[in-house]
This record gives sequence, structure tokens and C-alpha cells, in this order.
Amino acid sequence: MSENVLHVENITMQFGGVVAINNLSMDINKGEIVALIGPNGAGKTTAFNCVTGVYEPTNGLVSFNGEVIVRNHPSGKMKKLYAGQNADKYPEKPVSHTPDQITRRGIARTFQNIRLFKSQSVFNNVLIATHLRRTSNVFTATFRLNAREEKRMREETLELLKIVGLDGLKDELATSLPYGQQRRLEIVRALATKPKLLLLDEPAAGMNPQETDELGQFICQIKDRFDLTVFLIEHHMNLVMDISDRIYVIDFGKQIAEGTPAEVQNNPAVIAAYLGVDESEEKEAGA
Amino acid sequence: MKKNTKTIVNLVLLALLFLAVWVIERTSSASSMLITVLKKGAIYALIAVSMNLLNGFTGLFSLGQAGFMLVGAYTYAVLTIPVAKRVAVYQMYAGGAIHFQLPWLVGILLAGAVAALFAALIGYPVLRLKSDYLAIATLGFAEIIRAIIQYEKLGPITNGSLLLKTYPTFKSTLFPFAAAAICIGIIVLLINSTYGRAFKAIRDDEIAAEAMGINLFRHKQMAFIISSFFAGVGGALLAMYQGTLQANAFKAAMTYEILLIVVIGGMGSVTGSVLASFLFIACSEWWLRFLDAEQFIGSFQVPLLRSGFRMVVFSVVIMIVVLFFRRGIMGDKEFDVEGISKWCRRKFGKGGAKA
Ligand SMILES: Nc1ncnc2c1ncn2[C@@H]1O[C@H](COP(=O)(O)OP(=O)(O)OP(=O)(O)O)[C@@H](O)[C@H]1O
Ligand SMILES: [Mg+2]
Repeated sequence: MSENVLHVENITMQFGGVVAINNLSMDINKGEIVALIGPNGAGKTTAFNCVTGVYEPTNGLVSFNGEVIVRNHPSGKMKKLYAGQNADKYPEKPVSHTPDQITRRGIARTFQNIRLFKSQSVFNNVLIATHLRRTSNVFTATFRLNAREEKRMREETLELLKIVGLDGLKDELATSLPYGQQRRLEIVRALATKPKLLLLDEPAAGMNPQETDELGQFICQIKDRFDLTVFLIEHHMNLVMDISDRIYVIDFGKQIAEGTPAEVQNNPAVIAAYLGVDESEEKEAGA
Repeated sequence: MKKNTKTIVNLVLLALLFLAVWVIERTSSASSMLITVLKKGAIYALIAVSMNLLNGFTGLFSLGQAGFMLVGAYTYAVLTIPVAKRVAVYQMYAGGAIHFQLPWLVGILLAGAVAALFAALIGYPVLRLKSDYLAIATLGFAEIIRAIIQYEKLGPITNGSLLLKTYPTFKSTLFPFAAAAICIGIIVLLINSTYGRAFKAIRDDEIAAEAMGINLFRHKQMAFIISSFFAGVGGALLAMYQGTLQANAFKAAMTYEILLIVVIGGMGSVTGSVLASFLFIACSEWWLRFLDAEQFIGSFQVPLLRSGFRMVVFSVVIMIVVLFFRRGIMGDKEFDVEGISKWCRRKFGKGGAKA
């Protein structure tokens, strides 16, 4: 049995009356590539946001390498409004962390809508992500008493850029890169935080089939090289089927299937969710 | 260009600047307009750069600059008035409550420290909220602190709404230049350090910065405190320049002046703020003075020119800048050796020196 890295248990995320994620449980083991798929608006990004501390889920628990990083139960205004299940399962004191604390524990992510530091060079975008492992304080850093650390940060950054072949473009403005390379840069930036678990939110969005193929290879390559576990959201089915060990499928915030690519591909519930049971229902769902 | 060469060339330019100031000082009379502009411009440059650190480099919008300057100016003045002269200064308050005098350097450093302390107190609740609240809170702080300083019951310390004077001042133009150069130098070092990069990351994209492990609150608090420290130091220098000090002069309009300098110079450009400070002070103290005086050509009185017209022209300039030159003189570029050589290369083709 391989060891568990990310454990998501009975997560429900409710925005007012809207239940974006409904009692979702997932497990990701060390060294796996797991995909999270589902139609638009299914709640995939919201699930990532609950894991990374951007949102505080209304109910449920998330643990990372055995440590509880998120735990909550409906309280306050949500107590009455709560429409999910297991409302009494996590009565203990809520646990929550800000995104930076979670990143420091070893979960790094990329964003569906690319979020690079737009006024900064390619090099600096990655360099900034080494800041979290600093040992200098603002005083020693200002007066350059941290020269060794600064040197190490720069070397690490350059090395990462070389691995992905972006070192030739290191002085370019990050946002001047072609789209596909911006997505890669975002992944490299996440790698610079030295994560154990990498969350990728639609890394192949907007890429052509060839670029998507290359990205798939790239993901496998960095997974091996940096000893990572990868959890990705993706709409490109070829990519998902190619590289993932397991797949979770969600629709309307609920898990509808889980299994190997072959299992999921032939699951009638998945086919129904993607193709729509009939036209009128599909329209309702899209609204 | 190598990093070391760059530093050396920049330092040489700075030395030349000091030499020029020294020569100007030796050759012109002490009351000349040029000297005034140089003195006040240097102080405003420091204050503008400190505001730029927050507004331009960290992306936090604060409107408290006048408040922090006021705190700094009063801290300095109150603590450095000679004991023997306190009876004369605190006439209404029986010589005041403080019976010691600190050296001027300690006074200046404390001016920054007290301003920084206020920033820490304001920032603690406010910086956890959305950025907009900082503008409101700092504006409120600036108004309240001015009222508090003038509060009669505090008279034994602040001299109420009366003047503070006879504290140590400076004569040489080189003094404000040196003080500003040191402070701005420290700010530049900070901006180019790993912490400065974190500030810029927060400015560019808060969510991404946080996802990269940058503690937003801690870094915003840091930028706010450091910015306020230097605003406090700037306030102390301004008090020294003026020779007398009254809380009433530090109105919100002063903050807007500095904000205008920052915008004209370019958000995120240190040299832009410095250039704009001297330009601004030259205009307001010197070149545009004539707008405030009635002028006659023969017996014909030039219309519009009267006291206060300068401010009208200023307001129009602000509007034009905000509407058409939002990136300011420098944008977020710097006016240094590297910037100039890059600019030359762009301007005169690829033939220029290769960096
Ligand atoms: N901050 C929020 N406030 C209110 N509703 C939200 C919020 N964030 C997400 N939602 C809702 O939650 C649902 C799921 O959104 P989410 O972005 O997670 O979908 P997704 O599966 O990532 O879709 P896509 O494939 O389009 O990226 C949507 O109905 C969305 O409107
Ligand atoms: Mg999404």
C-alpha cells in the first residue's frame, strides 16, 4: 500500500445557498498522477481552492501527509443554511490555514487563468517563489548580509529554468511569452517552492494537440525528477487518459465516478454527465 | 554591464551630483530660489520615494503621508529643543513637560521610529482587510493626529496650536541631500532585495503571491511600517528646513501633493519620484509663483493672475496627468546607467554598447 499524501473527506463548500461542492471525498497517494475532471462549473477549481486555503469549506476535513490542514463544520449563519450532509461529523475546533502556510507545507499550485507576476521578468517570477525558504530577515536582506542565500536562490532559479528550457528567455517579461510557455513558467514557479504535491488547474487550456502532448511528457518528467505527486484538473481527455493513474469525476460538486482511465471511460454516469442525458437537462445544467 | 561596474558608475554619478550641489551652494546666495528648491526638493524626494514604496511597489494605497510626516516632525522638534529655550517656546505651558534635549541624529531616528509605531498600530487591524480600507484608515489617522497634536491638554508636550521653534536646523544644502540620499539608498536596497521582490509580487498579483508562500499580512505590514518610518524622517527634515513647526501646515493637501509627485514621476520608479519632486517644488516655489501675483503690462492688468491662481493651474495639471500621462515621466523604469544605456540602444538601433 503506498502512503497517502492528500486526504479529502466529506468536503462541502457552500456559497450562500449555492452548494458548489457536495460531500466530496478523495485520496491521493505518493507518486500518483490523479486527474479531477467534470463539466464546466462542476466545482473542480473550488475543490482546489478548498485544499489550498483560498476558501474555507463549510464542512469537512483535508489532511496532507497525515496532518489536518483544514477542518470545519457549519457554524454561524451557515448553520441554518447548510444543505449538505455530515453536519455533525467534525465537531472539533475548526482548523484553517492561509494559502501561504499551506504552500510552505508542500502544496504548490497553478491557476486556471494564468497568474504570473506581470511586471516581472521570467527569471524574477521564479525567483520570487524561492522567497518562502529564506532565512534572512528584512534587515539582513536590505543590507546584503544574506549574499549566500541570495546566490543560492538565483542558482536554484536558473537551474529550474534550464530544466524546462526557458533559460534563454529569462530576461523577457513573463507576460510577453507565448501562451503555452506562460503555462510552463507557472508550473516552474510552483516547483520553485519545492512542493511535494503539485496541483495543476487546467495546465493544457488553450494549447494545441502537439503542445498538449509535450506538456504531458513534461508533467511526467518533472514528477519523476522532483519526486512529486500530481493532482490535475483538465479538459483535454487525451492528456488525462494518457498520464493519469486514477481519475475522479465530479458533476454539480458531487463525485460521480472514480477509477483508472479505462474504468472511467466506460462508466455510463460519466458519459451521461458529459453528453447530457437529454437536451433540456443539459440546458438547465449550463444555466 | 556587470553588476559591480553598474554600482560604481551610479555612485560616481551620485558623487558628481553632490559636487554640483556644493558648487551651486558656494556660488549663489543663501536666499536664492535655486537653493530653496534644492533643499525642499531633496526632502520631498525622500518622502515621495517612501510613499512610492507603498503605493507603487507594494500596491497598497495609503493617504496618510502627511500624518506620518507630522508625527515625525513633532517627535523631532519636541525632543530636540534646547532645555534653556523651552521656557520661551512653551510660554503658555510653563516651559512644557519635557526637560531634556536629545541630539539631532537621535531625534531624527526617533521621528522615524514613532511614525513607524503608529503605522504598526494602524496596520495591524486594517491590513488584514481589503486594500481599500488602508486609504480610508490612513486618511482618517492623518486628520485625527493633527487635531490631537493641537489639543490644548497636550500643550505641555506639543505646545498646542502654537509654534515649535529653536530646535536644531541645518544650513548647508548638502545636509538634506545627504540625508535623503542615505534614506533613498536604503529603500532602493530594500526594493532590490528578496523582500522587495515579494512586495512587487504582491502588487502584481496578491493571490499568486500568497500561493507562492508569501505571507500577505506580514509583508504589507513591513512595507507600511518602513514607508512610514521614512515619512517620519522626512517630516523631521522638513521641520528642520522650515525652522518653525505648526501642525496646521500638515493638511491632507500635503499628502495629495506627494501623491501627485509619485504619479508624475511614475508609480514604481524611484528616480521618477526624485525627478518629479524637484520639478514639482521648482514649479510650486519658483517657476509658477508669478501666477499668484498681479501682473501689469503697461497699465494693462493681465487677467486671471491673482493669489490662488497657481492652485488652479496645478489642479489642471493633475487632471491632465491623470487623464493622459498615467504612467508618469518614468513609468516603472529607472533613470540610471542601465536604464539610459537601454534607452540609447532602443533609440539609436542595436549599435550601442552591449550590456
Ligand atoms: N466565490 C464564489 N462565490 C459564489 N459562487 C462560486 C464562487 N466560486 C465558485 N462558485 C460557484 O461554484 C461552482 C463551481 O465553480 P468552479 O469554478 O469550481 O467550477 P469548475 O469545475 O472549475 O469549472 P470550469 O471547468 O469552468 O473551470 C460554480 O457554479 C460557481 O459559480
Ligand atoms: Mg475551474
